[in-house]
Formats: sequence, structure tokens, C-alpha cells
Amino acid sequence: MRIKPEDLKTVLVTDCGSTTTKALLFEKRPDRWHQTFRGEAPTTVEAPVADVTVCATNAFTEVQELSGRTILSASGEGTTPFEITDSDPSQGIDLYLSTSSAGGGLQMLVAGVVRNITTESAERAALGAGAIVMEAVSADDGREDHERIERIRHLKPDIVLVTGGIDGGSTLHVVEVAEILVAAAPRPRFGDTLKLPVIYAGNANAAKEVEEILSRIAQVVVVPNVRPTLEQENLGPAREAIHEFFLSHVMSHSPGYGKLMSWSPKPIIATPAAVGDVVEEYAERSRQNVLCVDIGGATTDVFSVFTDRSGDRRLFNRTVSANLGMSYSIANVLVEAGADLIRRWLPFEIEESTVRDLLRNKMIRPTSIPQTVEDLWLEQAVCREALRLSLKHHRSLAVGVAGGQKERGIADVFRQSSDRYELVDLMKLDVVIGSGGVLSHAPSRMQAALMMLEGFGLEGVTQLAVDSIFMMPHLGVLASVHPEGAVEIFEHDCLVHLGCAVVPVYPPLLKVDALASLSIDGIEIGKIEIGNVKCFNTSSKGDGALKVVPLHRKVNVGAGPGEPFERTIRLGECGVIVDGRNRPLLMPAETALAQRRVYQNLGLLE
Amino acid sequence: MGKAFTPGLKVSSSAIVRKCRELPLAGETLVSVGDIVKANQQIARTLLQGELRLIRVAEQLGLPATDVGDSLKVRVGDDVTQGQVLAEVSGFWGLLRSTVSSPITGKVEFFSDTTGHIGVRAAPRTVSLSAYLSGEVVEVVAGRSATVQAFGTYAQGIFGVGGERNGKLEMLSSGAKGRVDVDSLPTSCEGKVLVGGHSPTIKALQKASSLGAVGLVTGSIDDATLREFVGHDIGVAITGDESVPLTLIVTEGFGSIPMGERIFEVLRAVNGQQCSLNGATQVRAGAVRPEIIVPQPGGMSAETPQAVADGALEVGSHVRMIRVPYFGKQAHVTELPSALAKIETGAWTRVLRAKFEDGSEVIVPRANVELVQR
Repeated sequence: MRIKPEDLKTVLVTDCGSTTTKALLFEKRPDRWHQTFRGEAPTTVEAPVADVTVCATNAFTEVQELSGRTILSASGEGTTPFEITDSDPSQGIDLYLSTSSAGGGLQMLVAGVVRNITTESAERAALGAGAIVMEAVSADDGREDHERIERIRHLKPDIVLVTGGIDGGSTLHVVEVAEILVAAAPRPRFGDTLKLPVIYAGNANAAKEVEEILSRIAQVVVVPNVRPTLEQENLGPAREAIHEFFLSHVMSHSPGYGKLMSWSPKPIIATPAAVGDVVEEYAERSRQNVLCVDIGGATTDVFSVFTDRSGDRRLFNRTVSANLGMSYSIANVLVEAGADLIRRWLPFEIEESTVRDLLRNKMIRPTSIPQTVEDLWLEQAVCREALRLSLKHHRSLAVGVAGGQKERGIADVFRQSSDRYELVDLMKLDVVIGSGGVLSHAPSRMQAALMMLEGFGLEGVTQLAVDSIFMMPHLGVLASVHPEGAVEIFEHDCLVHLGCAVVPVYPPLLKVDALASLSIDGIEIGKIEIGNVKCFNTSSKGDGALKVVPLHRKVNVGAGPGEPFERTIRLGECGVIVDGRNRPLLMPAETALAQRRVYQNLGLLE
Repeated sequence: MGKAFTPGLKVSSSAIVRKCRELPLAGETLVSVGDIVKANQQIARTLLQGELRLIRVAEQLGLPATDVGDSLKVRVGDDVTQGQVLAEVSGFWGLLRSTVSSPITGKVEFFSDTTGHIGVRAAPRTVSLSAYLSGEVVEVVAGRSATVQAFGTYAQGIFGVGGERNGKLEMLSSGAKGRVDVDSLPTSCEGKVLVGGHSPTIKALQKASSLGAVGLVTGSIDDATLREFVGHDIGVAITGDESVPLTLIVTEGFGSIPMGERIFEVLRAVNGQQCSLNGATQVRAGAVRPEIIVPQPGGMSAETPQAVADGALEVGSHVRMIRVPYFGKQAHVTELPSALAKIETGAWTRVLRAKFEDGSEVIVPRANVELVQR
């Protein structure tokens, strides 16, 4: 296989998800790189098949049949199953790459000393590396030792990340954390004869002792502290170590992955890590604050890149809400949000018991799809609640750290706090990208736009986009060998620009009819009425100069109360969607009637 | 086009069932290949490590961690009993003594002079593994697992709660289509696995439990009843560990759906026989579904065992609709168009045409059917 960017013309990439394995073909054509064909197959990581190469091969076969290109070698000989492109560029492939989140993804336990400092940094490192954090243990989490031990001993993490203390600080508490881990002696999920992989990224002065204690139950790797000082976070080395263990201890022991890994010259990347790479790169290149959500069947990942308080740096964060999803976890959204909060988004009346039974039936038959419009709207209502809950979770963890050095004694260890502030500010959000079947494959793009507008409770002026066929993981791994190709495909084939949402925020008791006026390219297109949702669809789908002028000094559209807001926007398929409902979104008593009006105004209902 | 793959629930009156019974940790296997075992017979056991208790000696004695070593009355590796003094300091010319005692009986595993903590580990406890189904031991991995094989009836449900149980199968008076209420229950439920009907009332579930029933296999249940029966809302379909008095298995889904004709008839044919059942459900790719196994006492018959459904969907396949508006209905596949088709929601998807028993035909997404074995 070829890996030099200049030699690549045809690249096959799979993303092995927990439900479906998706294969995409990327081809270099005279004008640019294109995503050309797609095949998918149910994932076969678990019993009875228990071999990821089966679903991967099924997905390759579909791509082969749809494209007419010979991808699989007829002879079946060689170290890979592929036909490598030789003299005829219309046949074979140059390179195969893959990401994976099958079998529950990468599951980690993190442990630290102070919840809001070291444990939180450990959690950010694990999440940024694409993991699901099963449990976060802190010396100050209020639990008794035996409670922590009992909790940990029943977990089967793939990897444990231990942190605690700033470099040069007290070693006592981080050594205690190590003792608790030894007492619990959790076993790794795969390979029960192997020692548990543990990464130590805490106070450097305690490294030797912690390593000595933990080596009784674990294979320990020591990396630089994730929190060398209170005001500094250094997540890179811990993330690297997680990735190394992911390949050597998780992937290589998952069913069939040893073989799958041998088919590619590049390592398999955890799916969320690949998506994170794309989001981070896009935010950096476009100089925008970006929020991206990938709502899957079992989990919802949220990625964000926001400038910090200083305005100098863009900070990347990822969180995963492990039990918020649209199929396996759909009933958990019901449990967490409650039936009433789901029903409020529906444009028709429905009994609570009916909602509950319908969603439970989806839970037990997760691959079924809505066939009636009402059933579709119900799933989309669940999506709004999953988005709302996952963003709430993300905001609690996506924080900045700042502030001056303060002198503290050993006794202050649990009273330490850095200047911690929430990074996500919806008024400053430039672009929101939706991914996952419910958003990417919504029958109408307006439905996807409305789910994100209402689910996230967007404010100010926000560009809306969806990932056309959920190819961000594939592009993340492609970027590791051909960044330019990945960028071209991301901009042209992946992102579908839906339009722009404009949501003024105002004091609750404000008595006006119109909140703001809008113009595009200097031509006034209308006004935002209080409480009303409307769409201004323009003939142009390209760029336009948007100007929003508040009609009251207390109305904020993004530039501050009473201040006009101007920006070049992409009009996309839906144009400009204005929402005059104040934030936070409080639904009136007759929600079905109110939602019916919203659906009608946006052309989703007659 | 790739092979159309549609998973279905397995229902067979002549299946070979193999269950690999695996210890959580290496231990001892108590059977050999060829042994005939009963469902409740112990076939393997292991010792699970006892809990480790951290004793904060430095804090309790008010000493710096580095000084704790001098106060210790035990050494690493010593056996200790509950209440035994682990450390002691004397003050005020020996008049005042402070001690730290062991909260459990066990062995001193470690002492740390950085934290001043002692770790005492309790004695290991024995965990036994039963055969779960009556049959023949066909494979043994010494110290790890034993595989039991039986021939007989095997049926999967769609969702269940409660773990492994054994009992005598008894059909309910409600048949397949009647609602399970208190009046549907037999007068004697002790040790029975009740089968039939749908949407049991909470009173029926409570009464069956109080009369000693060990299982209920029924068509459907409504969410509110399930919540009341289990005692909490189930968020993610990973079940089997619930503390419920009987194992409940539903064959069709949530709401009010009669039990499927096929599974009802297959189970009715083994009425009165001993069965094993497990409500454990894990709805993921390669899902774990709840199951009922009725081994035939005579072992494998001359009849060729039915092949388990391979998931291939073909014209003529018998399918069950698993989504509204046709949820629960059964039909035959009449056409499998290869092109994507637009459905009522506006989505483009792979579909199939199917004919109901009344002769009417519908087009439904392929994702919304599951195979029913005939």
C-alpha cells in the first residue's frame, strides 16, 4: 500500500461503529478529492460472529458493487484482502484506513485528588483521546474509601488514568489514590491474563512511589503531569499514552482487530478522536468558535472549540454522554428528561403512556426506523432532549483555567481552586455542526436545523451545518496521511450548510412586537417578531452579508444589548431562520399548538 | 448488492443448545466431558478475592505517617482477626494509650509509610456455577469453563428482566391473545414458568410471585407496569441483574401485543416440562436476548435439528413488523426491490413489499421487519 500523499489517488476508509460499519471511498479526480461511494454493514464485533473483519468485508463488498471498482482481491492471497491499484487506476485501492468505536469504544477510569482540578484535567485528557469515562474518582469526592473501592472493583476499564497534585506539591493524597486503586484491583475488560494498563500523569515527585504501588496490579506508564501547575494544563502526553494503550491493549484484543490492523499501514484511531481532529482543524483554519455534536445510537459526543478568556487561544474540548442516544439509549433520554419534556416538542397531542411504550420499543429494536411522520417527529423530539442534556454536560466540563499564582500550604490541598470559567458561550458560537443519523439523514434539512436550534437553545447568530453522511471520522483518519485531501472533502462533500439561525435574547418582561430587523446584502428582508419562529429563504444559497439591528436597547443579537450585528453568512438550504422565543426556551401550556405553528411557519407542516 | 441481513428471534422445537458456563476467575471445574448434569447442579467454583480495607492509622493515632511504623503491632503478611490491635501508641508516661483495631478478619497486605495506611484483606469467598440447563457436558476447559449441551426447544424473547431460573412450564388460561390478569393464573404456581397472553397487570405479576412462580413468558408489557414491577425506570436495555421475584420475558415488545402464534405453539407443545430461562437482555450488535430452553429428556432425537435462523431475508420469508403502523403483524415477503424508495416520512431507504394474511400488501422499510422461523 501507498502512504505518501503524492502517491494517493484512491483511499478506502472504514469506521467500525457499535451498530454499523461504514466504508467510504475517497478518490482524487482532476479538480479535487471527492467522496464517491459508500457501503455499510451491521457490525459483527460481538457474538455470534465476533470478528470485525466480517462486517468490514461486507461493507467493502457493497462499495465494490456500487462503484464497479475491484476492491477485493479475487485470489484472496496476500497479507490484505485488497486489490492494490497497479497500472489501471480505475481498479483497486492505494490505501486502507480505519477508525473504530465498536464494542463500546474505549472505556476508561480516571482518578485524581481534587475534583475540580486534577480529576477534571484527567477527564478532559481521556475524553480528548476518544474515551468514555466510566467513573471519575477523586480524593475529595465525598465517598468513604470502601465506597470508592467497591465502585472501582466492579468496573472493567480498558485503561486507567491516575493524576493528582501539581509538580512539587504534596505527594500524600496521590499516593492514597494509588492505594485505593490497588485495593479495588479492577480487572481489564480484555485479556484477563494481562495486567491492567495504568497511566500516571500526576505530581512528578510522587511518580516513583505511585509506580511502585500500582505495579502490583498494573502495567504502569509514567508521563508528564496533566496539571504541572494550577494555571497550566498539559494534556498532550497523557493523550498520547492513552492512544498507545488503545492500540496495544484494546484494539489488539478486540475480536478480529488484530487482522484488521494488519490490513492498514496506519494505526486505527478511536472514532471520537478522529472526529475531534477534524473539528479542531476546521475551527483553527476558519478562525471560528465551533460546536459539533455526534448523536449516535448509544452515546452523544459533543466537541467544542472556543476562544479562551484572553482571546488568544482556541481551546478544544470533547465530552461524551455515555447513555444519551437515539437507539440503544433512547429510553435513557426518556428517563433523564421525562416524557413531558419530550412531548413539548411535538406538534400533536399524545398520551404519556404511548410515548413511553413507543420509545421502549425503539430501545429493544434499535435498528428500526420511523415509518410514519408522527413517529419521525417523536424521535426528533427525543433528539432535542438528548442535545439539550449533552450540551449541559459538555458545558460543565468545557472550562478554562486561568489566574495568577497563589501560595498555598499543604493543608489547603482540597481548598485549592483555579480561576475556572465556562468556555461555551452560545452568543459567541459561530458554527454548529450536527452529525449522526437523526441529523444527517433527517428527511428534511429544515428538520435538522430545527432540532439543533431548539435542542441546543441557540442564541445570537449561528451558522448551521450537518455532516452529509457522517464522514467526519473517516476524514479524521484520512487527515493523518493526506490533510489537504481531507480538507477538500470536508468543505465540499461533508459539510452541508443549512443556513443561519438568528435568535435575539431579551429581558423576560419586554413588551415589544418586533425585536430586530434583518437585511441581507443591504436589502431588508423582514423583522423578528417576539415569540415567533420564521424562515426567510432567499434565492441565493451562497454567501450573504447579514445585518441584524435590534429594535430595542435591551435586545441582544450577539454584539451586546441594542448593538447591531453584521457578519457574512452562508445562506444554505434553509436560509435565515429567526426565532423570537426568548432563552431559556420556556414552552407555553398548549405546547402542541405552539409547536404546530412553528412547524407550519418553517414549512414542515401544512 | 450485499446480502440482506435481518436478524430474527430464534424459535425452534428441535434445537441443539450449547451453553458455555465460564468462571469469572480461574478456579475448579467439577465435571468431566460426557457427564449428564441437572440444571441446578454445581459444575464449577472459584475463590473471589476478599475485599481490602484501608485503615488510616496515622490519622486515627494523630501521628505523622513516617512515625506509624514504630507503633505497629503487626507485620505485612500476618493474619489478623476482627478487633485485633494493629497499632498502638502510649502517651503521658504510658498512662494513656491509643490503639487502632482491625475492622475485619483477614491478612495484612501492605503498609505505607507515605500515607500511614494499613491494608487488610478479607478471606476469599467461594463462587459456584450451576449447569443452568439439564444436558450433557461436551467440553471442559480445566479450571475455567464447562460447556453443557442439550437438545430440545429453544425460544428467544425480545426483552426480559431477572436472571437464570429453572421451573416447570405451564400455559396460562389466557391463551396467546388474552390479557394476563389475576384470573389467568393457575391455582398452583410454585416453581412454575407461566406462559401466554400479554400485558400482565401488576396485580397478576405480584400474585404470581407471591404464589411462587419463577417465571412469566408473555407477549408484551406496558412501560408503567414494568416500572412498578422492577421498582425503577430502565434506561438502557442491559438487564438480568434485577432483584425481581420472577424472571419476566416478553416476546413481542411494549404495549399491548398478543404473544406470537409461533412461539406460543412451540412452547405449548412442551407444556408441563422442566425448562431453564434467563431474562438477561443486552441490546447491542450481537445482542443478548432473553431465552427459554426446554431440554428433551431423551437427548438428541433422530430428527435433524433445525438450523438456527441465519438472518437471510428472501422473497417468501415470514416476517414480523416491528414498528408502527403495522407493529406486531406478520406477513410474507413478496418483493425485495434493490433501489432505495421514499417512505411516508420523506426518507429514502431500502424497502420490501409484504403481504398480510388478509391479502393486503404494504411497503415497509427493511429495517422494520424481523424474520420469524417456520
